[in-house]
Amino acid sequence: MNGILLAIIGMLVFALGYRYYSKFVAEKIFRLDPNYVTPAHQYKDGVDFVPTNRFVLWGHHFTSVAGAAPIVGPAIAVYWGWLPAFIWVVLGTVFAAGVHDFGTLVLSVRNKGQSVGTLANKLIGQRAKILFLFIILILVLMVNAVFAWVIANLFVSFPASVVPVFIQIPLAVWIGFAVYKRKQNMLIPSLIALAVMYLTAVIASKVDFLQIDLVQYMGGENGAGLFGLGAVSTAFFIWIIILMVYVYIASTLPVWKLLQPRDFINSHQLVVGLGILYLGLLFTNPEITAPVTNLDTDISWFPLLFITIACGAISGFHGLVSSGTSSKQLNKETDARFVGYLGAVGEGALALIAIIAAVTFFGSADEFLATYSSFAAAGGAGLNVFVEGASKLATGLLIPPDVAATLVSVIIVSFAATTLDTSVRLMRYIIAELGVEYKMPVLAKPHVATTVAVVSSAALVLLPQGPKGFGSGGYLLWPLFGTANQLLAGISLLLIAIWLKRLGRNYAVVLIPMIFLMFMTLYAMFQQVLFEWSWFGSNSNTLLFVFGAIIFVFAVWIILTAFTALTSKLDKNIEVK
Amino acid sequence: MLDKLKTLVQFYEEVLNMPHRQEIARKLRDEDDLFLLLLYSEMIGIPNPVYYYTLELYPYMIEKFHDWHLRMGMDKSPMTGIRCC
Repeated sequence: MNGILLAIIGMLVFALGYRYYSKFVAEKIFRLDPNYVTPAHQYKDGVDFVPTNRFVLWGHHFTSVAGAAPIVGPAIAVYWGWLPAFIWVVLGTVFAAGVHDFGTLVLSVRNKGQSVGTLANKLIGQRAKILFLFIILILVLMVNAVFAWVIANLFVSFPASVVPVFIQIPLAVWIGFAVYKRKQNMLIPSLIALAVMYLTAVIASKVDFLQIDLVQYMGGENGAGLFGLGAVSTAFFIWIIILMVYVYIASTLPVWKLLQPRDFINSHQLVVGLGILYLGLLFTNPEITAPVTNLDTDISWFPLLFITIACGAISGFHGLVSSGTSSKQLNKETDARFVGYLGAVGEGALALIAIIAAVTFFGSADEFLATYSSFAAAGGAGLNVFVEGASKLATGLLIPPDVAATLVSVIIVSFAATTLDTSVRLMRYIIAELGVEYKMPVLAKPHVATTVAVVSSAALVLLPQGPKGFGSGGYLLWPLFGTANQLLAGISLLLIAIWLKRLGRNYAVVLIPMIFLMFMTLYAMFQQVLFEWSWFGSNSNTLLFVFGAIIFVFAVWIILTAFTALTSKLDKNIEVK
Repeated sequence: MLDKLKTLVQFYEEVLNMPHRQEIARKLRDEDDLFLLLLYSEMIGIPNPVYYYTLELYPYMIEKFHDWHLRMGMDKSPMTGIRCC
């Protein structure tokens, strides 16, 4: 099988999904009305509610939802061969993610641009709002831990990426001031910043002393580190602590100072990254060397695949973006199809190229199987395989492999760092809100809430033991991240289903993906918690067991809530049009 | 061709600008909200030395008043003199 052919098949299915399925959903189920006065017009205030051109809104929506997660998940999931991952990404995007992103956007537009959290309160009740807050809390905690590991792992594996990533911080602060205080145009400064970063990446790839290789400083992999730890463990520990100090500062600063300028630069990086990968694919025309399916594995693909690839097939986080910002800026209701559905397709395209990069990298199927020898090995190596595979594709554009590896890791670290910053900030807000809800006002103080967020995230990422020792096992949390994300998507689909049911419409298009998602999540968690992580499981781990059990209980709670909400009578609070 | 390229750059810039424009607008609105609160300072017991001139601002304030009190978390108008809702 050829890599280009796989990409074409995937794109063709996406195109058909958009052309026919989303049209059917838009016309027959959601019954979009071009004359409906959207919240952007009704509550136009020039700040949150602004009617926006659909192409611009799509661009913004896509750059907000796409990040490092649709790369990491598929790079791990190819462990079961390329076909299961490919099918789940393509069909998941068309039938689940597209409908979910599109549906949350329409639901919010039809309800004054309110967020899914507020709508959960209205449609199901106060209990659902608390449930929602806890699920998001678990999700952001997992995001913090997993992404801190992603960055630390790339810094240890690709030390040339450290300097370009850190140089982004002063550049972003400079852009923030230039744009905000001096009212300068931001395109040119952000392009200059990008050029400086990439130039540094090229130089750092060639000049040894610019590569901040902590492991080498401590005498190589077998060297002695601090506190009686090995060199690799110490390197992970130092990077994670540095990252946590960084996110503490970054998430307490006003957004225009660091987070937003970083986003400007990262938007360019998303375009550059996708461009390099797809053009590289075209020029290198690689053959897929990984097996079609790999069923002789330590853990079955069913149902773990569906939580290993969350972002890229369906992600609950998108619902927060759809209903949080995009719904307030939709010019015409009929634009929701373009913005919501194609937003999901954009992320599907990123997951697709992540699969292709990982499965075309190896020289033979045996090499692939040697690296992806177990699910844990796939978790630890997947991301690095993607970076190497993507660098191989980039050589098609005459970029030297060492420079390409640095560039790709810089792009992933930049995405992950922005996600980390946003998610710590989000966690701080949720802790504050729960503090108010449970009458603990001290938690509402920004520095207290941020300290709780950062310390709990640091503890979580440092606890799991990976093959490289202390601090290197953050990837073990990946299935928990996927589960929390899928549960969030499940709740959003449930809200859309309740809304459609109350309108007297056919809600099977959201109910089927919801049931599928909840079943797979519940099954996967049950299997992992009981047969893998419990005391008599094959990979006993108390930490994963406790978190898995908590998430499992939440999943059951959601299903019960879903059942009662779907069978309950009409609530007058909800707008039925 | 050049025109198309220009449109593309313009579109790209607009995408980048969107969250930034929103943030600037929010900051400006926050400043404006604070200013409006100062104008109503007597309501919360703080003497307003320029209250006589505040009257001149009345036609401008009245338009924004409803949105302002909603943003400040008051569902109904807190002023008996201004019956906006």
